[in-house]
Amino acid sequence: MATESIGRVEYDMAVVRGFALSALLWGVVGMAVGLLAAAQLAWPEWNWGPYLHFGRVRPVHTNAVIFGFTLGVVFAGVYYGVQRLCRVRMFSDTLSRLNLWGWNAIIVAAALTLLSGHTSGKEYAELEWPLDVAIAVVWVIFAINVFGTLWRRREQQLYSAIWFWIATILTIAMLHLANSAALPVSWLKSYSAYAGVYDANIQWWYGHNAVGFLLTTPILGLMYYFLPKQAERPIYSHRLSILHFWSLIFIYIWAGPHHLIYSPLPDWAQTFGAAFSIALIFPSWGGMLNGLLTLKGAWHKVRTDPLLKMFIAGLTFYGMSTFEGPMMSIKSVNALSHFTNWTIGHVHSGALGWVGMTCFATLYYLIPRLWHTRLYSLRLAEAHFWAATLGILLYVTPMWVSGVTQGLMWRATNPDGSLAYTFIETVAAIRIYDVLRFFGGAVFFAGVVLMVVNLLQTIRHGSAAIPAEPEPPLAPAVAVAAGGR
Amino acid sequence: MADGRHRALESRSLRFTLFTLGAVLVGGIVLLIPPAFLQGTMPPLAGQRPYSALEQEGRDIYVREGCNVCHSQQVRPFKTETDRYGHYSVAGEGVYDRPFLWGSRRTGPDLARVGGKYPDSWHWIHLEDPRRIEPRSNMPAFAFLTKTPLDTSLSSKKLATLRTLGAPYGEEEVNDAASHALADAKAIAASLRADGIALDETQARSEAIAVIAYLQSLGHAIAAQPLDTAKLEDR
Repeated sequence: MATESIGRVEYDMAVVRGFALSALLWGVVGMAVGLLAAAQLAWPEWNWGPYLHFGRVRPVHTNAVIFGFTLGVVFAGVYYGVQRLCRVRMFSDTLSRLNLWGWNAIIVAAALTLLSGHTSGKEYAELEWPLDVAIAVVWVIFAINVFGTLWRRREQQLYSAIWFWIATILTIAMLHLANSAALPVSWLKSYSAYAGVYDANIQWWYGHNAVGFLLTTPILGLMYYFLPKQAERPIYSHRLSILHFWSLIFIYIWAGPHHLIYSPLPDWAQTFGAAFSIALIFPSWGGMLNGLLTLKGAWHKVRTDPLLKMFIAGLTFYGMSTFEGPMMSIKSVNALSHFTNWTIGHVHSGALGWVGMTCFATLYYLIPRLWHTRLYSLRLAEAHFWAATLGILLYVTPMWVSGVTQGLMWRATNPDGSLAYTFIETVAAIRIYDVLRFFGGAVFFAGVVLMVVNLLQTIRHGSAAIPAEPEPPLAPAVAVAAGGR
Repeated sequence: MADGRHRALESRSLRFTLFTLGAVLVGGIVLLIPPAFLQGTMPPLAGQRPYSALEQEGRDIYVREGCNVCHSQQVRPFKTETDRYGHYSVAGEGVYDRPFLWGSRRTGPDLARVGGKYPDSWHWIHLEDPRRIEPRSNMPAFAFLTKTPLDTSLSSKKLATLRTLGAPYGEEEVNDAASHALADAKAIAASLRADGIALDETQARSEAIAVIAYLQSLGHAIAAQPLDTAKLEDR
């Protein structure tokens, strides 16, 4: 080990490039499909035949953006960050290749099987059992590769980004194995090992923690690694990292039953879910503050740097949606919000705002470095930031109004106590917001197109081969966090 | 504080991983293990029977088309919900539901109590083109279901699998599942024709028939239960 310490470590960047590219592809596909789904709700004639109607299109959207795009960026960020934080090449290049190709093959198979109607029917866990097995295998490959690298590391301390990635690897494995248990009927049909209330319980334990451990902890890992790098400042507080990491992962896992308030799930479980959801605001805001305060003394940089703008906007949306979520777990609020578009608005303020912005910033950071060049256009990135921000506001605001409107109409009564509105009247009343939401999504998507053009141009002008002379001085030499990790 | 001790933990990757596993296991165990025992002991609601072969085929098509993406099947214990739909949902209803189909968004109305609410012919027309029933509906048209013949080749295997998981099907119900399904389909086709809907032979045994059988089966057992209005929240 010691003999290599004087030479430069040859990191494996091919796997990072692969995941960055596949994330771009799935981002465009998944968000375009999301736009189609939004159009289908606003204009039902946009549904076509067996393969392209909302019921089949919606899971393609969610799977592509969560597992194709977001997780692609996470894989890219983890493969990039873990090697540098451990000062060692990945444990096995073969496992890295299997991870890259295996995972993307699963996403292709997911899109095809979902459009042909092969689904388990469980949200965010729709894939049929052979694909569930494949996911488990690829996840184990990923885990061996990362833990093997940690085992061989030449840097004693594990930096906080790695903590969040460890939590992601362990918890997603646990959730996936428990929730996907099913008895096959054929190669593409199975029945859940659980029924009714218990199926609901385990599904939302999974479902909410997919949010917690796919859309929160690994993204926090990206934030902990890339934000200090880009800001050229160490993370604000190591102690806050410790507090917020342990409390976040301990509390998150309890929050699932807030999806089942006023359902036949036993009351005690509903109460646990609501109580822990409310408690979740503290670790969530701890993470937000640790990120935001990292900019202390560097706020002037935000004015000119679109990447920092994205990180900061992402953290701000993280703070807002992790305030909104606990509020929606309160029984009286949930009674109004549940089953309405408020939930969809809430999810997207987190998904577009927090996850989207942080993933975009990570890609803008990574791709010029992976291809040894500069970002093609800062102005395009700036335009992307504003399109994304405007798009989110145009998306989320109508969803809030729509949700509250429909929720209030469902419960409205005449003076004699009879229901004031038929169901279809509540559908007609929110149609306008479905239209507005489509345009919000379109603006957000336009921003993503700008990003793809910008990053592909960047790649065109760069080269994957390491240049002969030392790297151009764009990677800041300043160390992340304490101690030059 | 314990900063120094945490620094020591940060340099031990295996120990750190085990601590992390412990932190996420606590909530997982508390939320998953006790209800697992409840599951085994949960009695079905009085009168709740497992789905017939045709109803189960219909349910599988309902899942395949993602109907549950827009239609919930979970009535909450609010007066305005029980007025609109019927009795609130109870645990004993779901014992044969694999997967559960409570849903998370009511883009369309809740369907847990839709059984018997409309005639078969209403459902047929509505599946074919929802806007012929309700011009303001944004539901996709499922005309293709009315033209696709129902595939019963897996019916027996499906019921056998569900029996392995605990549904009390008899030997004959499992073995003759396909012929039972087709016989039940014939009865529904007859009711459609009686309502003046012209069906060709494919339509008379189409997937739409199975979906109608499933929808008409929903909420029957609970309909026999009195609604305790004292338990309702005034929302």
